[in-house]
Amino acid sequence: MALEIIESCVNCWACEPLCPQQAIQAATPHFLIDADKCTECSGDFSEAQCASICPIEGAIINELGEALNPPGSLTGIPPARWAAAQAEIAGR
Amino acid sequence: MDLPVIEPSPPAAAGCSAGSCGSTARQMDALSDAVRARVQDHPCYSEDAHHYFARMHVAVAPACNIQCHYCNRKYDCANESRPGVVSEVLTPDQAVRKTLAVAATIPQMSVLGIAGPGDPLANPERTFETFRQLALKAPDIKLCVATNGLVLPDYVEELARYNIDHVTITINCVDPAIGARIYPWIFWKNRRVFGHEAAAILIAQQQKGLEMLTARGILVKVNSVLIPGVNDAHLPEVSRIVKAKGAFLHNVMPLIAEAEHGTFYGVMGQRSPQPAELKALQDACAGDMNMMRHCRQCRADAVGLLGEDRGAEFTLDKIEAMEIDYEAAMVVRAELRAQIAAELAEKRARAHAPAAATTPQVIRIQPHVAKSAPPVGRPVLMAVAAKNGLVAVHFGHAREFLVYEASADGARLVGHRKAESYCAGDESCGDAEAVLAATIRALADCEVVLCSRIGFEPWGQLEAAGIQPNGEYAMQAIEEAVMAVWNEMLAAGKLAVGQIAAKRA
Repeated sequence: MALEIIESCVNCWACEPLCPQQAIQAATPHFLIDADKCTECSGDFSEAQCASICPIEGAIINELGEALNPPGSLTGIPPARWAAAQAEIAGR
Repeated sequence: MDLPVIEPSPPAAAGCSAGSCGSTARQMDALSDAVRARVQDHPCYSEDAHHYFARMHVAVAPACNIQCHYCNRKYDCANESRPGVVSEVLTPDQAVRKTLAVAATIPQMSVLGIAGPGDPLANPERTFETFRQLALKAPDIKLCVATNGLVLPDYVEELARYNIDHVTITINCVDPAIGARIYPWIFWKNRRVFGHEAAAILIAQQQKGLEMLTARGILVKVNSVLIPGVNDAHLPEVSRIVKAKGAFLHNVMPLIAEAEHGTFYGVMGQRSPQPAELKALQDACAGDMNMMRHCRQCRADAVGLLGEDRGAEFTLDKIEAMEIDYEAAMVVRAELRAQIAAELAEKRARAHAPAAATTPQVIRIQPHVAKSAPPVGRPVLMAVAAKNGLVAVHFGHAREFLVYEASADGARLVGHRKAESYCAGDESCGDAEAVLAATIRALADCEVVLCSRIGFEPWGQLEAAGIQPNGEYAMQAIEEAVMAVWNEMLAAGKLAVGQIAAKRA
């Protein structure tokens, strides 16, 4: 079992020092988790540390491809509201 | 040097005995001589200094440990100027090289701050490595840091070790119920904490950090974001509390919220405050606290005087190519500082001279007498296209206007308004009309605009909008020019007390 950082990562470094397995590497275009090292913090912490500080919804996913921080969970912006705002901006 | 103002009332309310006394003297009078000496070349802490000295931020701190509803960590735009925005994150070595390059090129650069784009103390290795190198290599640069305060108590010792003399804490509330509407979550003791619980922890840590810093004699400025309907009624209490705990300056800044920034407040339609609301709140807090009115809410990688950004001159590839002789630069920098200090001393002496020649109509002998005397002439807001403390910018070239309130008590800086310079002299002039209209809207509450020169077209449009353009005080000191215009208006019978300017009716 391992987590994965995907392209919406903004390279903010917040997760890197927290990883108990040193599984996170700075890389371009975005940070990466070494799947061989990642334990999802099992045995170290009750919650995966990278996903507990990551400010970007959807940037960290599990092996099922599910976002640990789904849309709206961190910003408090309801996804429908977000979509409406983006549509409004695009229509200007 | 000044004589102390002897008055029993709170120091921030202390006036100056001369009618010509400007905002600078007023702001600085509230400070002890010892504090004044520590901030006199810091543009973010001294209103006086901000006309002359430049600052820079190095963006070495990308990580953050909290989320604020006015921030979006995905945002990065070269054309946006607001906190939390940067073009490139630097390593400590790159940041040190950039700092030396800027300090050698811009001798007015007196202060290096680390302010993000995340929280400096959530990036302790990068932040303190930068400070450690700079304390050795550039001892003539003041170091400062701005933090959300969450882990501040853990780092007070280390800040003191690198001689960090100035710390800014952003404190938007002291009530967790209000905090829960500003901070959705914090990262605390290895887990994400939400809502009321998160706000309570953050507030407790901020207050503890503030107390620890002031106990060590480190100067603390408190920044607060004014969020209408959320913390506006609460900020006077914040101001009282942080002052009681030893903060020496309070900076209330307007919320910046646009849907295209992708922030919670922007997307959810939270409005930003009007300039008049900001001023009213700053005035409400000013009875208790020394208020800062000249903040430009700069980017976490800003370079230059407040209100300008020369960051594009110091990109990584450009600083790589620069030859830097820092020993030689330090000599030039010291000479310039001495020259500016002498100018400031002279300006202060002038501002405090009794019966100053610029304001013969209004001479006040004692501050407490001045308060009980009936006011002579109503206050007037004036916009100034300024540089280096002078009325020195062409109206069409101004990127911002300083707004002063002129009254019988003198000229007082109350804010600034951003503008686009519409007269770039090239094809970009195509949008001139729209830009001019936007500038006139931004200055709507001002009755006068002072500039070094102004074209025929904008002159007419400003007049039509009830704003009197004035180019007669080019290259004169701002506060003297503002008071001279106010006294002309007074003499012309335009300032009868109770008489409201037609444009405000």
